[in-house]
Amino acid sequence: MQSRLKIGVLYSRVRVEEKWLFGAMEKRGLDYDRLDDRAIHFDLNDPAPWQGYDAVLERSISYNSGLYALRLLNTFGVPTVNTAEVAEVCGDKLMTSALLARDGIPQPHNATAFTPEAALEAIEAFGYPVVLKPVVGSWGRLLAKINDRDAAEAVLEHKSTLGSVQHSVFYIQEYIEKPGRDIRVIVIGEIVLTAMYRNSNHWITNTARGGEGELCPVTPEIEDLSLRAAKSVGGGVLAVDLVEHPQRGLIVNEINHTMEFHTMQPLSGIDIAGEIVEYVIRVASRECVP
Amino acid sequence: MSTVSCPECAAEITLAENTEVGEIIVCPDCGVDLEVTGLEPAAIQLAPMEEEDWGE
Repeated sequence: MQSRLKIGVLYSRVRVEEKWLFGAMEKRGLDYDRLDDRAIHFDLNDPAPWQGYDAVLERSISYNSGLYALRLLNTFGVPTVNTAEVAEVCGDKLMTSALLARDGIPQPHNATAFTPEAALEAIEAFGYPVVLKPVVGSWGRLLAKINDRDAAEAVLEHKSTLGSVQHSVFYIQEYIEKPGRDIRVIVIGEIVLTAMYRNSNHWITNTARGGEGELCPVTPEIEDLSLRAAKSVGGGVLAVDLVEHPQRGLIVNEINHTMEFHTMQPLSGIDIAGEIVEYVIRVASRECVP
Repeated sequence: MSTVSCPECAAEITLAENTEVGEIIVCPDCGVDLEVTGLEPAAIQLAPMEEEDWGE
């Protein structure tokens, strides 16, 4: 049955995660194609070649390439992991926050503004320090901790002058005195697979910035919050990042839709790549709707 | 095992057995990121620079 399924894997680079995913597909005897997002093209009048896929797993490093590919594939009727809607929300911190707020899921206090003047007013209303984040971006890049008004004015001017138009969507977040770590939780469908602390002495705890992993027991609270957060953004294969707020307890910081797990898989001993492939098989077999 | 030459510093690099096309390797001499673009014959080039919308 499985051997008749045709799977596509959209990727930009063969990172260790992609190696594990390809390996998991081969182990299951799946018929799959490697689709390099730098080499493919879509003829909008001829979707048939794409419609031959029972499902496509998106692993692009480029948010834009991945998102538009998913939009086209979904328009062609091809199921994807994750869906374009999920990628659209998770790749944009402001949209993630908006949906979490809609669903009453605890998260940092956030605000947004579209001019430096309005952003400064919002920042002053928060009080210092605050954090400014690009709405699209990852690996902890271009996050700015703003400690006073002088810094706020400087960073806002730099962002509006030097950045692309997207940097003039100012995303303002309360600064959280977290205990030198955050928690990454892997959610696949309705299941919490595993969780990991990311320890760092720096306020940015992303492992891409040198944060170190340590296994985190999945408490009922972590499980419940992560599943609710995943459901809020549309569900699928997701990494939910939690932060321990000193007053409010666990809150959701962000959700990743093409997560890296090179630290988590060996640390947890769980075959995360295999579980992702099993989920893709269920989507391809129409056993579950992503 | 295949060997290639780093386009940045000309160091001789031996590709591991399980190397895949599209994989990123780091030159052990100069530290530059290199993308494996072929296996038979082995070929590498400088990896693309990180773009603003890259991430997970």
